Amino acid sequence: MKRQSLDNPSDTSLSRVDGAVKVTGAATYSAEYAIPGLVHAVLVTSTIAKGSITAIDSREAEAVPGVLAVISHLNAITVPGWPAKKLPAERVAAGTALRVFYDPLIYFDGQPVAMVVAATHEQAVHAASLVRVTYQQEAHQTHFEKNIGQAGIPQNVQRAKNSPFQDYERGDASALRNADVRIEAEYTIPTQHHQPLEPHAIIAVWEAEDKLTVYDKNQGVKSAQGQLAQAFKLPRENVQVVATYIGGAFGSGIRVWPHTMAAVMAAKQLKRPVKLVLGREQMFTSVGYRPYTKQKISIGAAKDGRLAGIVHEGTGQTSMYEEHLERTVLASRALYACPHVATRYRLLPLDVNTPTWMRGPGDATGMFALESAMDELAYALKTDPLEFRLKNYAESDPERNLPWSAKSLRECYELGAEKIGWKNRLPEPRSVRRNGMLLGYGMASSLYGFHRHPSRARAVMHADGSVIVQSATMDIGPGTGTAMTRIATKVLGVNAKKVRFDLGHSALPDAPGQNGSSTIPSVGSAVHVACEALKSKLVTLAGEMSEKFRPGAEVVARNGKIFSSADDKDGLSYTDILKHHRLNELEVTEASKSGAERDQYSMYSFGCHFVEVEVDPLTGEVRVTRVVTCADVGAIINYKTARSQSIGGVVGGIGMALMEHSEMDHRFGRYVTTDFASYHIPVHADVPSIEVYYIDKPDVQANPIGSKGLGEIAIVGVAGAIANAVFHATGKRVRELPITPDKLI
Amino acid sequence: MKPFQYLRPKTIAEAISMAADYPEAQYIAGGTNLVDLMKRGIASPSKLIDINHLPLKKIEHRYDRLRIGALALNSDVAKNKSVLSRQPLLAQALLAGASGQLRNMATVGGNLLQRTRCSYFYDLALPCNKRKPGSGCGAEAGVNRTHAIFFAGNGFGGNEKSSCIAVHPSDMCVALTALDTEVVINGTSGERRVPFKDFHRLSTLQPELDTNLQPGELVTAIEVTDNAFAQHSHYLKVRDRASYAFALVSVAAALQMDGGRIWDARMALGGVAHKPWRYWAIDLMLRGQAPSEKLFREVAEHEMQSAKATTQNAFKIKLTSNAIVAALKAATGIS
Repeated sequence: MKRQSLDNPSDTSLSRVDGAVKVTGAATYSAEYAIPGLVHAVLVTSTIAKGSITAIDSREAEAVPGVLAVISHLNAITVPGWPAKKLPAERVAAGTALRVFYDPLIYFDGQPVAMVVAATHEQAVHAASLVRVTYQQEAHQTHFEKNIGQAGIPQNVQRAKNSPFQDYERGDASALRNADVRIEAEYTIPTQHHQPLEPHAIIAVWEAEDKLTVYDKNQGVKSAQGQLAQAFKLPRENVQVVATYIGGAFGSGIRVWPHTMAAVMAAKQLKRPVKLVLGREQMFTSVGYRPYTKQKISIGAAKDGRLAGIVHEGTGQTSMYEEHLERTVLASRALYACPHVATRYRLLPLDVNTPTWMRGPGDATGMFALESAMDELAYALKTDPLEFRLKNYAESDPERNLPWSAKSLRECYELGAEKIGWKNRLPEPRSVRRNGMLLGYGMASSLYGFHRHPSRARAVMHADGSVIVQSATMDIGPGTGTAMTRIATKVLGVNAKKVRFDLGHSALPDAPGQNGSSTIPSVGSAVHVACEALKSKLVTLAGEMSEKFRPGAEVVARNGKIFSSADDKDGLSYTDILKHHRLNELEVTEASKSGAERDQYSMYSFGCHFVEVEVDPLTGEVRVTRVVTCADVGAIINYKTARSQSIGGVVGGIGMALMEHSEMDHRFGRYVTTDFASYHIPVHADVPSIEVYYIDKPDVQANPIGSKGLGEIAIVGVAGAIANAVFHATGKRVRELPITPDKLI
Repeated sequence: MKPFQYLRPKTIAEAISMAADYPEAQYIAGGTNLVDLMKRGIASPSKLIDINHLPLKKIEHRYDRLRIGALALNSDVAKNKSVLSRQPLLAQALLAGASGQLRNMATVGGNLLQRTRCSYFYDLALPCNKRKPGSGCGAEAGVNRTHAIFFAGNGFGGNEKSSCIAVHPSDMCVALTALDTEVVINGTSGERRVPFKDFHRLSTLQPELDTNLQPGELVTAIEVTDNAFAQHSHYLKVRDRASYAFALVSVAAALQMDGGRIWDARMALGGVAHKPWRYWAIDLMLRGQAPSEKLFREVAEHEMQSAKATTQNAFKIKLTSNAIVAALKAATGIS
């Protein structure tokens, strides 16, 4: 495959192609489809963390005008893909997704136990408050710290010898004992929730007995289609999933959750289209979270600043019924040139719902610990934290012993340092004040693995010169349609106004879900090759019209025309080509995937963040006053939307570092911070000037567009950079997030 | 939300008579708190008496006092010229509260009557003596990082059926507590006036009651008496994020200074008690003194001697002390 990269587009990037419909309210989100005969569902959730339902009294609820049904395990339909129910019900072993309304067993507080369906949303809400559920309660364990002794090697890892989560050692990590300088510390990340502003919502419509359409907020229409088809034992094509517009997700929409199944089951049972929108408080127990994680890092270096060893241990929480694994300790193997490294990863099952991937999963957690430890060690060595990182710069992947496909982290460091004015920073902690505030600067590195999944795209040229490009990819916010339009315009040389990109529908050509920063590398490549194929087809047709375009001719495309590179004049327009051949349209569908390069190179996105903070010496309030974020993700496809994505990641990192914290009352095993008054996310006043810079150098090994993922590295490392800046400002090392005033006074 | 009937009285008298006729009815003004409470099932009035259109929006200065109608919007009060020139502390406190959107809806009367943000109060599945008297205080041995450190008679608990460690969420009320304020109340037996310090209640015995307002009574105005604090007042709010968060601790400091000395001092603290906490002794401690950080530290620590932490909020004792120092420094202009 011919590899080529896109030009630097920074001066001509596109505004969001869907910007106007979003800001005018014309975009239709999952809960907004006007389906005739639609009825409304509201969940009733458990108020105990473990036990079983002994009775459900729904008489009062059923008496509310408009109520059509109260659905629970007592009367729900049988899902064909689920095993026959056992009597008495048995608790599942780890590895079984929660089956909603299946049996009376309760695995966590907030588990759906019943659902009221009514003619109006208000009737359903009121009736749901009248459903009386009684339980036989069992002792529950939700307290991570009290149960950490029960943590162990995940069963998934025990079964899979090649799992990346196996205990790892290179060199001899015990060499750490002899390091000139050594530190050891524990780091804690509390449970944090995605909480996109748009709550999860679904409209389930059975078009026929064996035909299902769902309008569902999720991050992968193809994967949801597959999961629903499997559950209801239907041919894939009989299930269609639509998710055209999504109001943020951050990982909460990667899988099909119990509430989605509940709505589909209710629609089947009642033979009516059913809409279910989760309440904000239900969002805390329905769609996953970043798991509470405890880490320990021992790290040492020689006096000259070379790393002697890193031992990184991490334990995350999971549910009793599923194992959720994440990359918590893995970055420590690859980021620095360190001869002796050991990592260990454990899971602690608790009576809670299953966590899931949240932006920068594992890496955001692990890099907070690693980059805090690197900073602490730099101070212990009396070395500049940035110099210390440069001294241990990995020129090749020390874990896989492979060359990097491309790595411009050094350039990121240099650019970031210059922009924030790092060289003017006084090294002594708590030594500088500005307007009475303690001033501090900190930095951290960022990295995230390269993910490219097989993808397909269709490109269609119409007689009027307009182009439609399609793929079943998603846009949870980064501006997928805009970036793909950009790729198409570049290849085909047409104005962006002539291009329409369709996404978010399972009937479109196969694409992965939007996760793991994989969309641009995967789908962007497919769109690129599809548009290239379309162009070649057009050139072939042109060759039948003019000598200049005979096979082998070099061609450039611009303004809806192709030109021979030889003379670069008298171009032939696409419309003329189609007209000449009496074609209404010309269509190609192409696939794209990784090849042998994945075994020859180690591929990562890299970056770094530089942060300035002010801390009130009396009240301990931290305000991030400036952020410079630099990323090396290969070629930048569309600068404007990329920049927005980087800014969003930094804002998420500010939340993670300073405020986000889901707190549970363990006596009840129940979250008590279940609204935006108590679960704090950053507001505008918390978000300073964020300067975004890209190296914008194509990674020619990665894929045809030379571009790697950006979504995750935008947040990975931000919390560490902020914690490091807080240390520089105050002299206090906070190792337990979030960094709230109580930890600094 | 339980279905309810919507009523729209034409006059204040009619509103009061409706409230008297229907004991389960509630007045609604901006609704920025009541609607949330209704959605969560914490308030379930059978009737809502909408008072938004009643003539209670006026802000005027007459004789020796500023009178603010109960339906004046928080945002309008905060930018009113008389308020800014005569009672800047009140404007500062208002702008420290909620968000622009909420201040555009929320009224002064509603601000007085907003209910605690204690998580246990908001969750029907958890115990709460304020929501359900006798069910216990969930916060006392639970998640109480943001809860009270000042209590009636220097104590709390001891009675699990009635204890409550929730805090009052308002910023505006903290400023009004520091100033000389009266609440004007109308009811079936006419108008009465209550000094601001007696309007809200501490949680002793009946935590379900936030105020001394009688059933059916309507707050019609507040009146703030003129003072000489405008040059040396400061509202300091410490919170977990820069805006749109309830106070961990707030301090309303109002001082009168002359010749480099303090001649009158008022202070109230927010986020520390079941109602805005007036620091009564501060005038005695500061009067005649020249401002200094050392003096302010002594003053702060004096009041904190009677503070008492629960399981997670010991930090608030030090934080409040520091916040008092910071607010006094800001009010007196010392660095």
